[in-house]
Amino acid sequence: MRRFAGSVLLVAGKDLRIEGRSRVTTNQVLPFAGLVLLLFAFALDPDRGLLPRVAPGLFWVAVLLAALLAVSRAFAVEAENGARDGLRLSVLDPAAVYLGKAAGVAAQLVALEAVLAAGLFVLYDVDAHQVWLLALSAGLATAGLAAAGSVYGALAAGLRVRETLLPLLLLPVVAPVMLGATRAWEAALNGVPSDAWPWVQVMAAFAVMYTALGVIAFGPLLEES
Amino acid sequence: MGRFQGGIPLQPLVAHLRSAVTVLGRYPALAGVDLDVAEGEVVLLTGPNGAGKTTLLRLLAGLAPLTGGHAEVLGHDLRQDRRAVRRHVAVLGHETFCYEDLTVRENLRFHARAAGGSVESADAAIERVGLIRSADTPHRLLSAGQRRRLALGVVATRPARLLLLDEPHAGLDAAGRVVLDDLIGAAGAEGVTVVMASHELERARPLATREVAMAGGYAASGVLDHEPRPARSRTTGALV
Repeated sequence: MRRFAGSVLLVAGKDLRIEGRSRVTTNQVLPFAGLVLLLFAFALDPDRGLLPRVAPGLFWVAVLLAALLAVSRAFAVEAENGARDGLRLSVLDPAAVYLGKAAGVAAQLVALEAVLAAGLFVLYDVDAHQVWLLALSAGLATAGLAAAGSVYGALAAGLRVRETLLPLLLLPVVAPVMLGATRAWEAALNGVPSDAWPWVQVMAAFAVMYTALGVIAFGPLLEES
Repeated sequence: MGRFQGGIPLQPLVAHLRSAVTVLGRYPALAGVDLDVAEGEVVLLTGPNGAGKTTLLRLLAGLAPLTGGHAEVLGHDLRQDRRAVRRHVAVLGHETFCYEDLTVRENLRFHARAAGGSVESADAAIERVGLIRSADTPHRLLSAGQRRRLALGVVATRPARLLLLDEPHAGLDAAGRVVLDDLIGAAGAEGVTVVMASHELERARPLATREVAMAGGYAASGVLDHEPRPARSRTTGALV
């Protein structure tokens, strides 16, 4: 178990170190997500009353688009210099590789969400209520996005059309997460946390289901990619 | 996988292939290879481009699929369990298996730990392949020769029973070639089996104990019918 956890940390640490060096998240993904929020703010500006109401949905759309880039990047680095063969030649459990890659993606998304949330409260004139619920639902949504993204990222990794295929595969699948996160944030911001619980459960179930699927399927996916 | 000659047991076979077929896409890269490799041998694969040398090395590493025939490597049936073989092989391919944004040291430490080894073995590999001055240089800034040495370093970090080397001398300068030849010599001395494919025959032949010619996805004279001869060190000429 300790060795398995060490393998997860090894892969996650490697991916985060690569990200720290390349700065793709900070220099490309974050500005892209920020632009999405900013453009919607401009587009909806005539109706200032609308902005706080649509803020949760726009936030999670921005996070989803950023997640696509982060997942794509996480698997693109394995295509360089035959690195995927290096992983296949390793003694690392494929399940640990999957969890490590998902953890790396999740860590990037959490950092991104923190910055975007700050922007949301400034740009969209949103008052923060029920911060614990916002954080809980963000954590579950992030786990679901990273878990599903890493499954479909691995599936698309070996294909020439991976950049276009990944959104086609992932976007429909994560619709429950988008819906759940948006509804949970709306409930939190409106000060009625009880409305959020069904959606929190949906997101938790989604994250658990896709993590289990990834743990089982990543080995064969790594072989085929 | 014991082997007998005149009733006398010889070295166990590390690889035993019969009519091995590997189809890549629709192209049969290996069309029915028969090959035996005994423990401790240094086998040189020769043949023109497209003969199937690289695919054969990848098959032996458990990286390429066995589409037909029989293949057993290090006691593992490749049709049943390719992953089990990979733990015990080290591959020097055309690529480094490394990450562009990580330094030489970080890449080798990752590979060492991913192979179940220690950080110390990675640091030793850096020294062994002569990359101490470039240890903190990112992969993307390395020259072609330095990348080749780094790939050699990845091989050196793995506790392997079978070394699979694809054009190992390509891209290396004179000093790098000496490092490579020493690595092969040391492997032979430790009883590690080596299979290498090379076009640089004048450099590779003195290291080899046996030569197998390949063409069109077939291997000629791949089946053992004689004792492997001991290899001579390229640098010292001594038996290893």
